[in-house]
Amino acid sequence: MNLTLKIWRQKNANDKGKMVDYPISDVSPDMSFLEMLDVLNESLVQKNEEPVAFDHDCREGICGMCSLYINGEAHGPDRGITTCQLHMRMFKDGDTITIEPFRATAFPVIKDLVVDRSAFDRIQHAGGFISVNTSGNTIDANAIPINKHDADESFEAAMCIGCGACVASCKNSSAMLFVGAKVSQFALLPQGQVEATDRVLNMVKQMDEEGFGNCTNTGACEVECPKGISLENIARMNREYLKASLKG
Amino acid sequence: MSGILNSSIGRKVAMALSAFFLMIFLLQHFIINSLSVINPDTFNEVSHFMGTNWLIQYVMQPILIFGVIFHFVMGFALEIKNKRARQISYARNNGAANSTWMSRNMIYSGLFILIFLIIHFIDFWIPEINTKYIQGDMSGLLADGEGFRYYEELVHKFEPIWRVALYCIGFVFLALHLLHGFMSAFQSVGANNKYTNALKGFGKAYSILVPLGFVVIALFHHFNH
Repeated sequence: MNLTLKIWRQKNANDKGKMVDYPISDVSPDMSFLEMLDVLNESLVQKNEEPVAFDHDCREGICGMCSLYINGEAHGPDRGITTCQLHMRMFKDGDTITIEPFRATAFPVIKDLVVDRSAFDRIQHAGGFISVNTSGNTIDANAIPINKHDADESFEAAMCIGCGACVASCKNSSAMLFVGAKVSQFALLPQGQVEATDRVLNMVKQMDEEGFGNCTNTGACEVECPKGISLENIARMNREYLKASLKG
Repeated sequence: MSGILNSSIGRKVAMALSAFFLMIFLLQHFIINSLSVINPDTFNEVSHFMGTNWLIQYVMQPILIFGVIFHFVMGFALEIKNKRARQISYARNNGAANSTWMSRNMIYSGLFILIFLIIHFIDFWIPEINTKYIQGDMSGLLADGEGFRYYEELVHKFEPIWRVALYCIGFVFLALHLLHGFMSAFQSVGANNKYTNALKGFGKAYSILVPLGFVVIALFHHFNH
C-alpha cells in the first residue's frame, strides 16, 4: 500500500505546531498502525530527520498509553480497539491518513502526537481508591458476598484503561465517561461505600478544576471507547453526585 | 449541597430540570392549541381561564419566563465553557461517526428556537399583555362584545403564509432540539436503566409528534379560513 500521512508536528509544548505530509510506500496491510509509524520513523532517522513522537507501551490494547486521532476519530476508524490494535487493512491503497494528537485544553501537547494525560492521574488521586486494612488482618475480597449483577457492572467499569479517547472524541472535551467509570467501579461494591460521598465530590471537583468541558450526552465517548464503557456509568456518577451533594 | 450549581454535574442537572419544565409546558400548550381545531368554544374558554387565572398568570407565567431565560443563558454559558476546553480544533474530525447531528448542534437549534420564540412573543404574548395589563381589558371579549376574542385572534394570525412558513421552520428546529434534548435530560438526572429503551421510544414520538402537531394546527387555520 502507498499512503500519504498528514501528521501533526510540534517541537515542544510551546511550539505552534503544524501538519506535515509524509508519503510512505510498501505498507503491509498486516502491519499495525504503530508498526507503520515505526517504519516511517526508521526512514526519517535514516534521512537525519526528527522521528515522530507518539505514545505506546504494551501494544496489546490493555495499557492505555497509545492515543492518536486518526482520520477524525480517536484510535482510528475501527471499533472497540486501541490504536495499537488498529491494522493497516482498515485503509485503502492511495489513502491520505490524518494523524493528530488527542485535543483538549486539559491534555496539552508535549511533543508531536504525545499529550500530557496526567490530569487523569490527579482525578484518580482525588478519590479513585478504597481504604484497605493491610496491617496483617487483610480480609480477602472474595470473602464478601457481592451480587453477580453488581460485580459484573463494576468489572465492566473497571475495564477503563484511562486512554483519554472519551475526552478526545467529545465535542466538549468532557472527561465524564472516565470519571463515571472510576466512580462506578467502587460505587457498585461494598468496599467502595466507606468513601463513596467524598469520592464522587472530590473526583468531580478535580475534573472541573482540570478544565475538562461539560458533558452534553452526545454519546461519542461511548462509541469511541476502546473498552466499551457505557454511558450508564455517567448516569450513575450523576446519581452518586446528587446523593453526595444532598448528604454533604 | 453548597456549590452544586458551580459543578459541571450540577449545571447539567439544572439544564435538565429546566428542560423538563419546558417540555411539560410545551405539551400543555399543544393540548390547548389542539382545542382550536377540535372545538373553538372550548379553546376560547380554556384560553380565557389560562389568561385570567391568578395562579397561572402570576405564579406559573413568571416561572415559565424564568425557565426559558435560564435554559438559554445556561446553554450559551456552557457552550462558551466547552469551547474553552478545546482551544485547538482538529484538522479532521468525523463527528458523524460517533454521534447524531442533533446532539452536536444543540446550540444552533437552540439559537433558532430563541429567534422563533422572540417572534412568537411579539406575535401573541406582547399583544396579550398589552390588552390585559396596559389597556386593562380582562374581559377576553371581541371589540363588539360578541363572544371571546382568542379563537378569532389565532385564526387571524395564521392568515399570512409567511408567518405559517416561519412557524413551520421554527418547529422543525424544535423537533431537532428535542430529538437529542429529551433523552439527554433524563441521562443528566441519572436515569439510565431498564426503562431507558422505552423512554427513548416515547422521547422520539414526543419530539416528532408535538412539533408536527403545532405545524398541522398552523396549516389547518391557514387553509381553513
